[in-house]
Amino acid sequence: MTVTDNGKGMDEAELVRAQDPFSTDGVKHPQRKVGLGLPFVIQTTRMTQGRFQISSQKGKGTTVTATFNLEHWDTPPLGDLPATLGQLMALSGDYEATVVRRLTGKQVTRSWEAKRSELLEALGSLEDLESLTLLREYFRSLENELVEATQ
Amino acid sequence: MTLQELRAMREKGQQAMDRRVGGDKSIEIIVGMGTCGIAAGAKEALNAFIDELNSKDVRNVVIKQVGCMGFCHSEPTVEIKMEGMPDIIYGNVDANVARTIVHSHILEKKLVDNHVFDKPALDILKRTPGKEK
Repeated sequence: MTVTDNGKGMDEAELVRAQDPFSTDGVKHPQRKVGLGLPFVIQTTRMTQGRFQISSQKGKGTTVTATFNLEHWDTPPLGDLPATLGQLMALSGDYEATVVRRLTGKQVTRSWEAKRSELLEALGSLEDLESLTLLREYFRSLENELVEATQ
Repeated sequence: MTLQELRAMREKGQQAMDRRVGGDKSIEIIVGMGTCGIAAGAKEALNAFIDELNSKDVRNVVIKQVGCMGFCHSEPTVEIKMEGMPDIIYGNVDANVARTIVHSHILEKKLVDNHVFDKPALDILKRTPGKEK
């Protein structure tokens, strides 16, 4: 799994702090001393012999790569991927996001791609029941087609 | 399914909805999707809301996903705002409780016992902790 943004980026000291569970930028919750998102990913990859990488350039953006070892006992199940990706696209705010889902089967690698702006344009909104239901169906159909195509 | 088919389904759905209801007040469901919420099962709760609301044919629902609301000890948390009911934050909302909220709070307008919180945590309300007790 790779997540890349074109946000503020971090310098080396910030990058180290971002991986510490007892550190946060303190902007949203001024009283808090924990930031668990990245530490959880790091912990999960470490305890399952996966890989974790983070790189960042101040002012340019950040890339996080996590590789999970599907053979390991302690690797959590993948869960409902289409629903998760749909929920990700529906997080509130004005931003662009692109999801690229790749799957390698025995013979071939196939992928599907979705852009948040295109989904918004097609659905008109990503915050009402009908559009969220359709978005989930859409991602499920893309995922099913992908699984079939790579079998 | 293609993006064009998705757009067509949306338009078809909107036309059907326009015929069915006239000016109902909307229901707002706000789901906390911070790390704490997701770890506690907020994704499953959100899915359960979508499925249950659809199966009961409830319309005019806005579902917003936000960050942590300050109840990390009681995740997943969900706020419901609707006409005829006070704004309520529910805690420990798993898929089952989500279904109960649809039946009880949204359809029958009865609060769901043992899951009610009155307001977000102090630091979310931007008050200084310790000042009020």
